[in-house]
Amino acid sequence: MTVTGWLTILLFAGILTILAMPFGRYLAAVYTGERTFLDPLLGVPERFLYRVMRVDPASGQDWKKYAKSLIIFSLAGWLVLYFILRTQTLWSFTGLNPMGFHSMPWNVAFNTVSSFLTNTNWQYYGGETTMSYFSQMVGLTVQNFLSAGVGIVVAVALVRAIVSRSGRSIGNFWQDMIRTILWVLLPISIVVALILVFQGTIQNFSSYLTVHGITGLTQSIAMGPVASQEAIKELGTNGGGFFNTNSAHPFENPTAFTNFVEMLDVLIIPAGLVFMYGRMSGKRRQGFAIFATMMIMFLGACAVAYIAEAHGSPAQHAAGLHTQVIAGSTGGNMEGKEQRFGIAGSAIFDVVTTVTSCGAVNSAIESFTGIGGAVPFANLSASEVIFGGVGTGLYSILMYVLLAVFLGGLMVGRTPEYLGKKIEAREIKLVALAILITPLTALFCTAVATASASARVLSISPAAAGGPQGFSETFYAYLSQANNNGSAFAGYTGFIQPNAGNLGSHGINLANLLGGFDMLFARYAPILFALAVAGALAGKRVSPAGLGTMRTDNGTFVVLLIGVIILVGALTFFPALLLGPIVQGLTSHLYH
Amino acid sequence: MKRDIITSAIGILVLTLLCGVIYPLFITGVSQVAFPGNANGQQLFVKGKLVGSKIIGQNFADEVIGKNGKVQMSAGNPVTAPDPHYFQTRPSATIPSDNAAATMFSNLGPNSVATEQEIAGNIAAYLALNCPTAVSGSGPCPHPYDPAVTRASDVPVDAADSSASGIDPEISVANADIQAYRIAAVRHLSRSTVDHLISEYTLGRGLGFSGEPGVDVLELNLALNRLSPSTS
Repeated sequence: MTVTGWLTILLFAGILTILAMPFGRYLAAVYTGERTFLDPLLGVPERFLYRVMRVDPASGQDWKKYAKSLIIFSLAGWLVLYFILRTQTLWSFTGLNPMGFHSMPWNVAFNTVSSFLTNTNWQYYGGETTMSYFSQMVGLTVQNFLSAGVGIVVAVALVRAIVSRSGRSIGNFWQDMIRTILWVLLPISIVVALILVFQGTIQNFSSYLTVHGITGLTQSIAMGPVASQEAIKELGTNGGGFFNTNSAHPFENPTAFTNFVEMLDVLIIPAGLVFMYGRMSGKRRQGFAIFATMMIMFLGACAVAYIAEAHGSPAQHAAGLHTQVIAGSTGGNMEGKEQRFGIAGSAIFDVVTTVTSCGAVNSAIESFTGIGGAVPFANLSASEVIFGGVGTGLYSILMYVLLAVFLGGLMVGRTPEYLGKKIEAREIKLVALAILITPLTALFCTAVATASASARVLSISPAAAGGPQGFSETFYAYLSQANNNGSAFAGYTGFIQPNAGNLGSHGINLANLLGGFDMLFARYAPILFALAVAGALAGKRVSPAGLGTMRTDNGTFVVLLIGVIILVGALTFFPALLLGPIVQGLTSHLYH
Repeated sequence: MKRDIITSAIGILVLTLLCGVIYPLFITGVSQVAFPGNANGQQLFVKGKLVGSKIIGQNFADEVIGKNGKVQMSAGNPVTAPDPHYFQTRPSATIPSDNAAATMFSNLGPNSVATEQEIAGNIAAYLALNCPTAVSGSGPCPHPYDPAVTRASDVPVDAADSSASGIDPEISVANADIQAYRIAAVRHLSRSTVDHLISEYTLGRGLGFSGEPGVDVLELNLALNRLSPSTS
């Protein structure tokens, strides 16, 4: 460990907080229709989109109508993306398939499309060996925007319902979607993409370079429109890499500076939405309380990951390596990490992308130490409420807030209420379903995959499939997909690629179909429950806070909330976690 | 219902046009005008020939010629041995090494025998290049090698562990300093000349605090070739 490493963690947290507060105010303005500095520029395209899409932004929707628009819009996106990936060769006339890649087989396409629609971006394919520039741009980049938008609008709708005083409307889905893309996602993506190119991320349509290296060996270098996709991949907490090694690839993440920018890019919306919530509810301390909860857990995760990775792995020590800091090297577990990021830059990036539903990686999680690898597991087990995905983080933690209010109410023996609204049986049932559906789906799929004989071939080394590492791979795969995260213990592979020329990457049905189901179900079911909670809360009478009202904006509540999150996660996942990362973290034994 | 379907269909089309066509083309246009070098991958040329990208690691190795006079092959790729005249990049898990058209993690677990064996292999290869007598394990390494490097524990971690991308362009300063002894000897350069080059191609931390310093190996090797071109 080094002073600079710790400094990076603290500076990152500080800069994020400073940026997120004014950004939250901006978001509140965007979703309540107040003026923003971008209005003069975006008014025309906004009205144009309303007209061609035949949207009446003035008509509010109740939660059922809102949900119906959301589901139909997602279904349409699913079909279009599936069509694009299955007909990749058809679009070669655009000149955007210079390497002549084949179309995706149906099973990989099913998984990939479900993955990008649900903001998961789990990848059972290698980007630079499978996807044409056309598919990356016109197919995947688009869903990076739209799936992020879907997450954000659900959170906005829930917030509206919590603060609404009358009526059943929770907003208009189409208006929220269009404003999200125009006011939030596109402007930031443009700025970040240009910063990335300025630092060395590539952005072109050339065919792959053929290099005659200085010792005479030939090297082929993949190209592509990377920066435009990279920017929204992080901003929308999508995380699907343009290349197979994701943000570890120097063309995606060329310097430690871009690494820092990409981490901010990931967290700015999830953090900003929390402050937006404080603004929109008119009780900014509520926002601060939730932000404090998230930040405390985030810093804890960073510290554990950094300490564990800086310590090094049992395999390194068994091979005789010294992993302390020496002059000119930081030591630590550098297996599967890049020199320019080092231990701290890799550990924080890993935490940033697994507390959110981003799932981009700049280092190989599979090669993290037992305890270092337990951190992303723990982040996923907490159902991604530590900042969480764009929108999903806020609506998920609000579910936990309601649960904490309920439990707190039971403890003090009062009818639980939140911001003046009574929390009754119907709300708590829906909250419980919203919270439990993701863990249950993850555990169910893990159990199926572990019990199935065909799961063994999925592990990169069949010998490891029976040991703790093999179990970690399987468990992480379905946990990550259920949480719509998309990062992986990447030895778990759902495709067999005969060679780098991509003559069809053969999908493995079990992995592709089970994973696709995992992602779709664990995405849309909680969204529907969250919207149903919104529907139940919208228009509820607000009673003034009395002496007996439990406060939800002080330190006691933050502690209670953290306790509830950890309790639910630990009770659900602890037995499974013991079998995988924890058993490895507690021993220096080497397994075959 | 019908209205939602129509709006969805039109919405997907116009938003695809906006986010999937106009946006990437706009970024491409601006990048190609403002940062053409970066946008095209920081290509490096020697005498008009493309020799690599500044930010993509390269395998500085020679093909191994077998007894029959032909290049030895393994699974369709030529067998290579590190070229001692050049600084070596980090171990790579891609096939072949440093394949920038099919990047891959090593995906080796922290508690796996396979990982220990891979790391031990990388250490042996590193010592064979930078302290050939280390195998017998007797005393400090003789001139011209770095006298401080005799055992596995003297090898910097980045030289023993595979990188993430498999095409890591950088190595740690400690790693470069050890290799400098070998480079100076085989190229008949003074140590101070080589050290000077290393510091010239060492990239600092981002914003002064983020990440770790590293030495860009391709640029360093190209600079070496400009100084003493008469190798291999």
